[in-house]
Amino acid sequence: MEGLNVADANLAVYIHPSKAGKVSQAILRQLSTLLFKYIEVFDGVVLAYDVTFRDKNAKVLPGINSYFGVKLKAKMLLFSPKPDMLLEGKVVKLGKEALHVIVLGFSSACIAEEDIREEFHYRIKHGEEVFASTSHRRHVIKVGSMITFSVKSFDEEILHISGSLIPENTGSTKWLHKHVEEGSIVERSIKKQKQKDDRSKMQEHCTGILDNAGLSLNAEDQPKKTKSQRII
Amino acid sequence: MGVELATDRPGFYEMVDVDVSDSELVYHVRDALKSVSQGDSDHYNQLIAVMHYTGRLAPDEVAMLVTSLKALSGSISYIDIIHHESLLSSIFGMSMWNYGPDVMDALVELIISLAASNGKFVDSCLDMLVRNFTPPKSYLDLLGHPRGLARKHEVLDRVHSALSHIADLVPLAPMRLTPIILQRMPHMFDKETLIVIYVESMLRLESSALGEFVGSTMLMALVDRLIDLDVEISWDDIVLEDSGKGIFDMELEDVDDIIGYAEKDGFEHPRGTLGRQSLGTNAVADKLDSLMVLACEHLKSCADGERLTKVFETLLQSFWVTILNAYKSKFSQFVMFYACSLDPEHCGERFAVFLADIFVCRTHPALTRMSAVAYLASYLSRGKFLPPSLIASTLKRLVDWCLEYCQVQNGEEKTLYPETHRVFYSGCQAIMYVLCFRMRSMMDSHRLKSQLLHMPLEPIFRHQLDPLKVCLPSIVEEFLRQAKAAHLFTVSETFLFNNLLESDLSKAFGGMERLDMFFPFDPCLLKKCDRFIRPSFVYWSMVKTTYDEGEDCSSEEDINEYFDGNGKSYMDGGITRSLDEHDLDLDEFECQLNKMSITPRNSLKNGLINKLENYMRMPARIRPSTSPESL
Repeated sequence: MEGLNVADANLAVYIHPSKAGKVSQAILRQLSTLLFKYIEVFDGVVLAYDVTFRDKNAKVLPGINSYFGVKLKAKMLLFSPKPDMLLEGKVVKLGKEALHVIVLGFSSACIAEEDIREEFHYRIKHGEEVFASTSHRRHVIKVGSMITFSVKSFDEEILHISGSLIPENTGSTKWLHKHVEEGSIVERSIKKQKQKDDRSKMQEHCTGILDNAGLSLNAEDQPKKTKSQRII
Repeated sequence: MGVELATDRPGFYEMVDVDVSDSELVYHVRDALKSVSQGDSDHYNQLIAVMHYTGRLAPDEVAMLVTSLKALSGSISYIDIIHHESLLSSIFGMSMWNYGPDVMDALVELIISLAASNGKFVDSCLDMLVRNFTPPKSYLDLLGHPRGLARKHEVLDRVHSALSHIADLVPLAPMRLTPIILQRMPHMFDKETLIVIYVESMLRLESSALGEFVGSTMLMALVDRLIDLDVEISWDDIVLEDSGKGIFDMELEDVDDIIGYAEKDGFEHPRGTLGRQSLGTNAVADKLDSLMVLACEHLKSCADGERLTKVFETLLQSFWVTILNAYKSKFSQFVMFYACSLDPEHCGERFAVFLADIFVCRTHPALTRMSAVAYLASYLSRGKFLPPSLIASTLKRLVDWCLEYCQVQNGEEKTLYPETHRVFYSGCQAIMYVLCFRMRSMMDSHRLKSQLLHMPLEPIFRHQLDPLKVCLPSIVEEFLRQAKAAHLFTVSETFLFNNLLESDLSKAFGGMERLDMFFPFDPCLLKKCDRFIRPSFVYWSMVKTTYDEGEDCSSEEDINEYFDGNGKSYMDGGITRSLDEHDLDLDEFECQLNKMSITPRNSLKNGLINKLENYMRMPARIRPSTSPESL
């Protein structure tokens, strides 16, 4: 999945004097206010952070409230979807007019009817609403499936993504993995490289959130050859 | 089947065949929406007109509205926030209370789709749903009728399910929901039914799946509102100092007059007459009462759902932040009392420990510590559900703290400076207060008796700081009397208080806030929520003292016998109960009564007591919690 990256940041957190006795707690609390918000400076939504102190000394600000600034080094896991990036999410609602998806458990995405390619037709199969591919019988999208879609736009305030299933490499993630040989070899190697990079980044810095979101890269139906690519 | 739409409203579908399919309708609506940006707003305006159908709708109008809403749900991606502003504001302005279930369903479906499709709509959708927590003003009176109630259930069920659907589709929605709910909360001067129905929804959210995210904020907002109302009930006009004439007389007359006058003229009177102010107070007291009932019912359901421990933590936090330091809090704290009574083992103990911790901790301001110990004393005395061991251990903690304080003080202080040592005096007073209520029961238990006898009370009370002189005389007197009867300890001096309630010294340590006379868990005078409190509340009349001649059995048993003995329950007015001559000598009762209350003596002899029962709403009954009072 694209859109996730790890950034190194030098931060200064200003703490109220009353918290001077429990600095770590205050810092973590301050940083936690950044979570799940789009921060312009980082150009992304902060999902997780890991801090180390840069300096044992802190500078006290002049003024009435003598806040002191603690310098930190932080590794931040950022989510910054840009147009045309490929993201994965779980379908939570399926209707004729739109597909509603949740990405990483916190970001809502919507794919409107006109952004779903002609290949997919809305059908009711066995009483269930699905989008079924007309060219590949087994390529079906229903509620609960993981899909890969491309980003059209990203609303930074509510963290809402507008997505599209028009590009050829979008659709049900499970089906796309299985049929990866249908694409060109170049595409396949690029995709694998991307997967490798992303997976390694995430396995270093993943928090429970990613697991809960049911990210497909951790799913059981991985083709066996990718086991060697997993980093322990 | 070309059915003609027999309506005189310019219909959106005038040009359209009725038997057109759903998808064609959707395309029609999409065209209407698209054409707005191109300048052609005819169909668009007709669509808006449909949204504005009001009043009793004919079946075909209902059908039109439903189909329009459904068609809009199918055209979500064509709705633009700027071009279609008027349509959106019409949709968001609709009140579900005005329509039947079909329209409600279609509207809710549209709102959910709007919220999920575009981040820009989320706030407006949530706002629309929150506005639907309450009916339009005109509808408020209908709520009492079965039809209104049925509508209420229809609307609120849909509103809450819509909120939970939106939360499923847009995970961050609860975060946006909280500020909207707080912002739309009815003002405390709004109508009671409005406030109550809104708070009902808030509490419903708290117990729902969304409660995980918004629950604690809802509870804290409720407690804030309780305090706001509480503080508005003023004592000033009601308190009378020690008048010979029954104060109830005067107030009763005034109220009668004012009621008649108001009915005749039908307008409000300027402030100034006692009666009018008492009427005004009643409205606020009623609101507070209703909200307290809601809160108690909610707590009961939390207890049944085994969530109480978690909810209690939020409540405790709220208590600390809001109630503890609000001096004039009269009844709001009973929410804590009730919560503790539901789970004495965890919550009951937690509350006592919490208060004791605040008292002994030096970093808290003195007023907070004094307030905390006043709460603690009143709580330990009045909580019927509290295990005696907890009371004993908490007492021990207080005693140990006071003793340590005494030992730190040295030097020959001939004059007393009550203000300097006010925290100490409030601690001593707390100990004495609790012992007034609990001494007998402690003495009756072997284990607790030995614990009590081992407590270093003497060094504290005989210390040169002289708490017996400084603390509230009525309490000191009662305490000494009981201590003497129990052979706990004796004092060489005899204290003649002449039934004084307070003294200059006690006023000095109490300070401007009069924390010397602060007994927060004195009987709750709110009528409706009283039924929650009463079963777990210890009234002074129920307490067996050490100087009572009677059977030497535990006071718990005693109270039960007392209860059943006359076949009359405590539920109807303590005063009538206590006046029952079978059990008590009236003189002895009066003697006890005078010691622990500021009820004017004459009032007992007045037949007005019976009148009081009838005028339960009388402000005269709302006594200031300035002393331990017997009903």
